[in-house]
Amino acid sequence: MKPAAFDYLRVDSSDEAVHALAKHGEDARILAGGQSLMAILNMRLAQPSLLIDISRSRELANIKLEKFALHIGAAATQAKVETRPDLATEVPLLALAFPYISHFQIRNRGTVAGSIAHADPSAELPLCLLALEGELVLRKPRSRRVVKAVDFFTGMLLTARLADELLEEVRFPISVPGTGYGFKEFAMRHGDYAVCAVAAIVHAKGLRIAVGGVADRPTAINLPLLAGSALEDALNELAWSLDAKDEPQASALLRRQLVRTLGLQAVAQATAAYNPQKRQAA
Amino acid sequence: MTSCILSRHTLHPVHLTLNQQVRSGHAHPRLLLTDFLRHELGATGTHVGCEHGACGACTVRVDGVASRACLMLAVQVDGRQVDTVEGLGSNGALNDLQAAFKKHFALQCGFCTAGILMSCADWLEQLDMPNAAPPDEASVRAMLSGHICRCTGYTPIVQAVLDVAHARRAISQTPRGSHA
Repeated sequence: MKPAAFDYLRVDSSDEAVHALAKHGEDARILAGGQSLMAILNMRLAQPSLLIDISRSRELANIKLEKFALHIGAAATQAKVETRPDLATEVPLLALAFPYISHFQIRNRGTVAGSIAHADPSAELPLCLLALEGELVLRKPRSRRVVKAVDFFTGMLLTARLADELLEEVRFPISVPGTGYGFKEFAMRHGDYAVCAVAAIVHAKGLRIAVGGVADRPTAINLPLLAGSALEDALNELAWSLDAKDEPQASALLRRQLVRTLGLQAVAQATAAYNPQKRQAA
Repeated sequence: MTSCILSRHTLHPVHLTLNQQVRSGHAHPRLLLTDFLRHELGATGTHVGCEHGACGACTVRVDGVASRACLMLAVQVDGRQVDTVEGLGSNGALNDLQAAFKKHFALQCGFCTAGILMSCADWLEQLDMPNAAPPDEASVRAMLSGHICRCTGYTPIVQAVLDVAHARRAISQTPRGSHA
């Protein structure tokens, strides 16, 4: 289908984008890579009256490696982040997750922040941001607020972003050397939305497991370092806690089983990569 | 640049370089790049399938990068370079990629082919980058996962792409002046 009619504004800066949002509010949508939004417009699931196109803003496409986090601007494409030469040491979980994210033609234009603002419960990038306890910067013309990932995702395609706020930047914490990461996903075809995806992080204080595709938003828990039947019990409890729904694509039964199976696989992958000596050396 | 809102009710000029030729046309803001190429510029080689980015039939290159034309607006390509399947061959002759598709029977109905060729063209050029991994079947299949073909079963497409990848690498790695 074709999108309903809208006005179009191309902006070059964060300032212009937030001022346009302040003026047009709920009737406006930010267009970044368009790999979710354009599909939604084509299907007429949304009919905004104004699109504010930030995709050619150099300012918003900035990616900065700061002391504690990789700061990714709203217009930075997934391909730009994926092809960073040192991504596997900066944010190893992202390096593990990128091959599962859609297809290279989509990652070429799709933005990291756009996927997170869209907040599809099956999408990998919101899951990774939550697993890593990342942060987001929400901006209005005269104020900015920093929100934790756990407070940002509030439901199916719902976030804490207000209609007049721009998701200006997302911040993925940089890995502490030695930390182990695992990422496993099941989808019907390569690149499809996840039926279930699990991220696991093993560090000195314990284990963090995050699940996407099952509940209405990505969900994460912290556990002590577990193995064997204790880990299986914890994953079983997690699987039941997510309130999986029966859908044509996958039953609740399948999704719970995937949490258990992919959970074990992701934890095994993270445990194998965990190396406490490396941390002391660093 | 002072930005101004383009009204939904007005046709706006769009200037671009299409297959190395300067072209221009007019578009309402909501006009998709696919429809602009086909109906405004007459470049009907780019096909329209699902119109939500899943099938890959409309894939073109925007500033060299493989992208879905159904998920872009015509007004977004103003001032940019767009390459479509019409630009692959020259003087009526197929390029090496198209010839390999013909040789391997890598198409049947042809609906998906234009998009697949444009993805392959981008992907094959990336292989020339320093530090690019050597091409193998798994990487070709990962690249093709962004396309749906209901005729070929993909295997002949994989063979055609690998043929071209190996041939191009052989040429680029032949020492200058060697006739071997």
